[in-house]
Amino acid sequence: MLADITLGQYYPGTSFVHKLDPRTKILATMSFIIAVFLAVSATSYAVLVAFVLSVIFLARLPVLLVVKSIKPLWIIIVLTMGIHLLTGQGEVIWSWKFISVTKEGLSMGVMMSLRLVLLLMISSILTFTTSPIVLTDGIEYLLKPFKRVGVPAHELAMMMTIALRFIPTLLEETDRIMKAQMARGAEFKGGNIIARAKGMLPILIPLFISAFRRADELAVAMESRCYHGGEGRTSMHELVYRHRDLLAALAMVVLIVIIGVLKWSNGLCVI
Amino acid sequence: MSIEVKDISYTYMTKTPFERQALRNVTVTIEKGEFVAIIGHTGSGKSTLAEHLNGLLTPSTGTVCVDGVNLNGKGDKVRSAKHKVGIVFQYPEHQLFAETIYEDIAFGPRNSGKSEEEVEKQVRKAMGFVGLDYDAFSTRSPFQLSGGQMRRVAIAGVIAMDPEYLIMDEPSAGLDPISRDAIFAQLSTVFKERDIAVILITHSMEEAAQYASRLLVMAKGQIAIDGKTELVFKEQRERLQEVGVDIPESIKITDLLCEKGLKLEKQAITKEQLVQYIKKAKGWS
Repeated sequence: MLADITLGQYYPGTSFVHKLDPRTKILATMSFIIAVFLAVSATSYAVLVAFVLSVIFLARLPVLLVVKSIKPLWIIIVLTMGIHLLTGQGEVIWSWKFISVTKEGLSMGVMMSLRLVLLLMISSILTFTTSPIVLTDGIEYLLKPFKRVGVPAHELAMMMTIALRFIPTLLEETDRIMKAQMARGAEFKGGNIIARAKGMLPILIPLFISAFRRADELAVAMESRCYHGGEGRTSMHELVYRHRDLLAALAMVVLIVIIGVLKWSNGLCVI
Repeated sequence: MSIEVKDISYTYMTKTPFERQALRNVTVTIEKGEFVAIIGHTGSGKSTLAEHLNGLLTPSTGTVCVDGVNLNGKGDKVRSAKHKVGIVFQYPEHQLFAETIYEDIAFGPRNSGKSEEEVEKQVRKAMGFVGLDYDAFSTRSPFQLSGGQMRRVAIAGVIAMDPEYLIMDEPSAGLDPISRDAIFAQLSTVFKERDIAVILITHSMEEAAQYASRLLVMAKGQIAIDGKTELVFKEQRERLQEVGVDIPESIKITDLLCEKGLKLEKQAITKEQLVQYIKKAKGWS
């Protein structure tokens, strides 16, 4: 039942990409996104696709898994493609009644949907190779400079960590409560909306009670260990940049330079 | 009249990196009138096995039949077979939800389609069994009770369904000794008065030895030992140690006394027996 839900998307592994510092991975993802928006020609898109494929290979992720991450947005991708196909101006290559497809529309459509696909894939690779907890650690470090302007970096990260930490716990709890009520003959399917909503009460009420109880216990546990927010707090697992992070950073610089050169060298700035 | 488990296996989270096989080829038959204890370490598969016994989990392979009805099916027959098996989960007080104790205990009987009169009768009986006064408690909120009382309400909620097979998963976890003894005393009464099967899941050897007539010791998703309580302790000592289950204190004491030269007439399994045998051996009684 509910126990079969995978939390987040983390796909455990020990590859080069898995071992990178989360900060490196977040920054690299951001610079890749910039690179995607800089890319204008077919060549630069080929470079980007090759880059994504090599990252998937380096991370030893099943290609199908990464391709599947497109699924939630495929309608938008198809729509983007369609709109560009039908509204493009220029050399007509195919037409039927009032519909006509132009060469420019086709290339624009392919580029735009490829852009979406690449964005989705790269951000999934980030979550596939980084466990949620490590990811929030990275976010906290990266947000630190913004503390001066009042961004509560530590508090945000702590809230995210706690929320992530309790998703599996509450799922388990829900599963247990559901089973317990099912063992008492409760059925959660069938009936109209009101009957179904009423049927959910035996699950929701115990779940809320247990969530509040857990929050209370957690607060007491944190306070009894003298938790007092982010001031002067040290971390058990300090994030350290290693050689591989330098390597990854270099790779990103090279990628951006290539994309930049491709954009500005041939003077064909479309965007 | 029995629960028949035939060669079942179960795997959690199949086809993910977190795949874990919880049960491997388990075969066991539990007859009505038996008091069975399932013991084993955390993660040995006890609770997973229990959840198969009333169809909450469907085995990956193999079948579970209650009174001859395969639980992996649909229809009224299967549903009524599932209703014959009551299960009290760990920390059952966490599943209370209704405004009054009466409403909470009535949830099960109502779901099995009983008339309101019958429901009231069942609730009264169930509250009597767990030692809660109907007039004093039925209209109170379950959330104002103490932990031990809440657990009794939750147990009553299962008893009210008139199960023919009653599964209890760690009913004594987190309770003080007095509440624990009370719950076991009530459990023994239910067992004796109703001719049902009781399946007690526990990792306390003491509890298992004291109440159960048959032991199922689980290890690594399999049944490692299955036998009468006295015989298991007499003949399977090494096997018990192998799977990392401790023997009850009273047996250890019997052994120590024997080493020191005090021979008891029989192996004492429960505290009461131990006291009785020592008295006899010493000629005090």
